[in-house]
Amino acid sequence: MELLEGLKEGDLDAFETLFRQFQGDVYGWIMQVVRDRGIAEDLTIETFWRIYRARERFDTEGAFGAWARRVATNVAIDHIRSARNMEQLPEQLPSKETPDPAIQREIREKVERAFLRLSPKLRVAAILALVEERPYEEIASALGKPVGVIRTRVFRAVRQLRKQLERMGVTP
Amino acid sequence: MTHGDDKEIQRLLKEAFPPVDRELRRDLWPAMLGRLEARGSAVRWYDWALLALLCIWMFLCPQGILQLLYQL
Repeated sequence: MELLEGLKEGDLDAFETLFRQFQGDVYGWIMQVVRDRGIAEDLTIETFWRIYRARERFDTEGAFGAWARRVATNVAIDHIRSARNMEQLPEQLPSKETPDPAIQREIREKVERAFLRLSPKLRVAAILALVEERPYEEIASALGKPVGVIRTRVFRAVRQLRKQLERMGVTP
Repeated sequence: MTHGDDKEIQRLLKEAFPPVDRELRRDLWPAMLGRLEARGSAVRWYDWALLALLCIWMFLCPQGILQLLYQL
């Protein structure tokens, strides 16, 4: 509580303590969405910069971690929005051996392409719910939306992905 | 996620986006501090706006400059 009061008053030491305490959590959360180490680091700093700027509006009765995660999610969505037009497929780790790696690679690339066509909000909901398998309640809290909204976004993301993939000749 | 089709989409997505390392490998505080210092010393937009208004006022009412100097 003292730290939060200090942050609200602009105390840099309090901010540093909170930063060191929560930077890992914020980074990990952003990393799940953007999946790029360098970008996740930049966005972590942007998140804390926004927190510092908005510190006077922070309710010291609330949980700092939840607030930080919400700001981080918005920062990640803003990043996806701004990077959307010049987007490239994310770097991939080598995949498991499959009977026909060429076909598997082609399917994977089509899935990535279809995914990149989703709106930023649908992408964030889909990657957190389907790829990272985070609980809907957790995603809802991070996005500041009711659970029902997240369910709807995931449902719409799946429907759009299926449609895109069918157009590309992949029948899930 | 109850339908088989949805599970299949999920499987495809998980294959396309393999697990990432979520561990932060370095302390970001020095970079954060740099950001705070850089932004702290930057001239804010309203400072520029104020300066622009002052210049316009001095251009339109040059006799006001003397009054201003007198007040200072």
